[in-house]
Amino acid sequence: MRYLYYPGCSLRSTGKAYEESLLSLFRALDVPLEELDDWNCCGATAYMAVDEDKAMALAARNLSLAERQHGRSGQTQLVAPCSACFLVLTKTDRYLKGNPEVQKVVGRALADAGHSYAGTVTPRHPLDVLVNDIGVETIAKKVKSRLGHLRLACYYGCQIVRPFASFDDPRTPSTFEKLMEALGAETVDWPLRTRCCGASLMGTIHAVGMEMSYSILKEARRRGANCVVTTCPLCQLNLESFQQEMNKQFDDDLRMPVAYFTQILGLALGIPNDKLGFNKIIIPPPMTSGAPQGGEPARV
Amino acid sequence: MFEPAQQNGSPRIGFYVCHCGHNIAGKVDVTAVAQAVARFPGVVLSRDYKYMCSDPGQQMIMDDIREQKLDRVVVASCSPLLHEHTFRTAVARGGLNAFHFQMVNIRENVSWVHDDPADATEKAVDLARAAVRRVRLHRALEQKKVPITPAVLIVGGGIAGIHAALTLASAGKKVYLVEKEPTIGGHMAKFDKTFPTLDCAACILTPKMSAVRSHPNITLWTYSEVTKVEGFVGRYRVTVKRKPRYVIEELCVGCLECIEACVFKEGKFYDEFNQGLGKRKPVYIPFPQATPQLVLIDPEQCIEFKSGKCKKTCAEKCDRDAIDFKQTERIEQIEVGAVIVATGFQTVPSEKVPFYGYGRMPNVFTALEVERLVNASGPTGGQVVTREGKAPKAVGIIHCVGSRDEKTNRWCSRVCCMYSLKLAHLIKEHTGAEVFNFYTDMRTAGKGYEEFFYKVMDDGVHFIRGRVAEVSDWAFTPDEEGKLVIRVEDTLIGRVRRVPVDMVVLATGLEPGPDSQQIRRLFNMSCSSEGFFLERHPKLAPVDTFTDGVYIAGACQSPKDIPDTVAQAGAAAAQVLALIDAGSKELEPNTAYIVEEECSGCKSCIALCPYTAISFDAARKKALLNEALCKGCGTCVASCPSGSIRQNLFQDDEIFSEIEGLLTPVT
Repeated sequence: MRYLYYPGCSLRSTGKAYEESLLSLFRALDVPLEELDDWNCCGATAYMAVDEDKAMALAARNLSLAERQHGRSGQTQLVAPCSACFLVLTKTDRYLKGNPEVQKVVGRALADAGHSYAGTVTPRHPLDVLVNDIGVETIAKKVKSRLGHLRLACYYGCQIVRPFASFDDPRTPSTFEKLMEALGAETVDWPLRTRCCGASLMGTIHAVGMEMSYSILKEARRRGANCVVTTCPLCQLNLESFQQEMNKQFDDDLRMPVAYFTQILGLALGIPNDKLGFNKIIIPPPMTSGAPQGGEPARV
Repeated sequence: MFEPAQQNGSPRIGFYVCHCGHNIAGKVDVTAVAQAVARFPGVVLSRDYKYMCSDPGQQMIMDDIREQKLDRVVVASCSPLLHEHTFRTAVARGGLNAFHFQMVNIRENVSWVHDDPADATEKAVDLARAAVRRVRLHRALEQKKVPITPAVLIVGGGIAGIHAALTLASAGKKVYLVEKEPTIGGHMAKFDKTFPTLDCAACILTPKMSAVRSHPNITLWTYSEVTKVEGFVGRYRVTVKRKPRYVIEELCVGCLECIEACVFKEGKFYDEFNQGLGKRKPVYIPFPQATPQLVLIDPEQCIEFKSGKCKKTCAEKCDRDAIDFKQTERIEQIEVGAVIVATGFQTVPSEKVPFYGYGRMPNVFTALEVERLVNASGPTGGQVVTREGKAPKAVGIIHCVGSRDEKTNRWCSRVCCMYSLKLAHLIKEHTGAEVFNFYTDMRTAGKGYEEFFYKVMDDGVHFIRGRVAEVSDWAFTPDEEGKLVIRVEDTLIGRVRRVPVDMVVLATGLEPGPDSQQIRRLFNMSCSSEGFFLERHPKLAPVDTFTDGVYIAGACQSPKDIPDTVAQAGAAAAQVLALIDAGSKELEPNTAYIVEEECSGCKSCIALCPYTAISFDAARKKALLNEALCKGCGTCVASCPSGSIRQNLFQDDEIFSEIEGLLTPVT
């Protein structure tokens, strides 16, 4: 198994904390993560809705680059931490294997750019790699400080489990909770773990996006969580950055930290905070058992 | 090479092409077909006619045979399944052997499936040429008659099996009723009331159950399964496995004192009859009116079976010594003339619809569970309560669970709208709760059904049109705290709604039973794509199957309610009576036979025969074929290395001539 790392645009911008913590974590686990050379936009879920062919051509170029870099042994795992990248790459890979029409159109586009894709790459989400390749037990053995003070609402978001449930149940997934519990953290049972956060609606139809994100945070708090953990840069952004506005709009007093799962894993494995991107998130999660729930929201 | 010698002016073939109104003539140029076929060698007469199957059509064939001295007949019309018998009979009445006839299907195989009239006409001519070539070689055959044993096996003791059994038994026929559960009654016995009249299910069912038990013509074997079926229409040899109850049937009087005496003071195990809502002991009777009224012991749970160290208080208590821990299964062999399969259905397992939360949220119930809750002899004595024992203030009934859905089953289960209405009425009557029905479409076609729907609306039950997205315990507002929240798009007002309730009832659909494939193989039946047993014809032979002497009734054929099930069971019984009272049945002569001089005794055919119709005569070193068992599948014929197995109606020269006819270029 060889892992190629596909950052996508988010992990180089709003999701910088995700990239820092992910790379530190894989280093600590001794799993090499080599960046894909010359990668481009994944195709983006939003663009997929506008022009499927072009979006898939963009994604297919990344898949073809992965084959070029690591050969066509069928062992190449393309790790895409952003849920949208993971979904677009997975969808494109499946369509290129199973849909002759897409094969034709995308194949021609690739050929025009001097590329081809033989279908030997498997797009993977890091949650899947951590749980199913590296293993919860292996990770549990490396835990340096158990996180008994955390009550986590594990928030999968929608894109890593639907529509392609490649590693977990699409509606009642459980891998995330298993991983977090191995760190000594508690998890809450909640029904919104795979509900959409509002995604790009936060920018386009703001009121709808606000309500969607707010209801997730509200339910997490109602279930007694002191931190929401996410696997997706857009979810993290939506859930974390609008809490002040939500409080005004819904007459509430939310102060819910929203951390990346890789940050929480890093904490447990004893990776120094400054290597986990905690300085890049607004509401830091409680670091020790004594810390108050959440922190003061920073001014943005 | 297969050109038959034209001797004494033979063959003299008559060809008829049928218009079938517009069915065939709308696409195929039937006149052109008749003209083309007229020129084929051996054809002395070629006609087209509006309806060949009509009396004048048949009369025309008979008259032509006599007047034109025809010795072979070909009819190009519909599927042989429909009218082969009609035309064979006409040919025979005209004075020829019924098998000097060949039928060409230019409706299902041509006019209904092709768009281009010229292509369709050409294909019809090709098929006719093949048939004309073939029919010249047809041999005269005789049909064998088999006597029909006047006894019937009925598989499944639900309302369908019960009704068929009583009908046949009262007509004086011997009936064996085999049921896999310890009691007959099936699903209906679990229901509280029946729609739309709200008769008590038990009140109308249990008299029939005890009539089955006491009828001198019915042998009732419950807790039993059919394991093997051999033979053919008129003489099926059936093996039935009777599982041990560990209670001697002849001695047990159903006093139930052993249950009282069991070392388990309270019930501890899943009570199947009450859908697990109640608990039972290892020694039990499924329900008070179980028929036969016999207890049984579950060896998986009984301490004596697990450790051998039980005090056996149950056996001590029984003054008739009816408990027998050493009982073993019994095998019964019976011979019957016909079989009715009435094995029923299962409700769609709730795991197939995970988003409704069954199993995760305790107060999501299935409709069958609620049937048991509203029933006076159920686990709560007729109280409709949540799992915490509280009366619900609001109840949501979700329709179409596992029905009309590409992700589960595509078909409408037909009964759910009506049973949901019934449960809505009963729940409201028992608890006074607000009841919400979430429906896709209300399907209330049936006598008195629509009227019942209006009555339930008048009761004040709410109806919300929309497929429920999910049931969750996600409370967004204070009034949703502690409730189950049903999220649904109300398609009549065009809004997403959240409806908080205390109890959710899933109107699970009907699907083929878990062992339906096994049963299908046992009786050599077919299934339609969804897995229900396939009837011979959807309109005109709804209880026949493609296996002679095997009939189907009830929800094993398709989802249906009690009135339809009973009607179908009656129809199946009538078909069996017609078969038995005819005394005998003519068999299709398409069986294989062995040309003994040519058989080398290699035995390769024996293992291949799916019907065990071939045996080996060791003394003469030849294969022996039992024509009565042969179903004419042709497997042995094709595999015989020396070509010494032949098959009536499918002789090599007949098949090759047919192929030649198809491949001969149009001149």
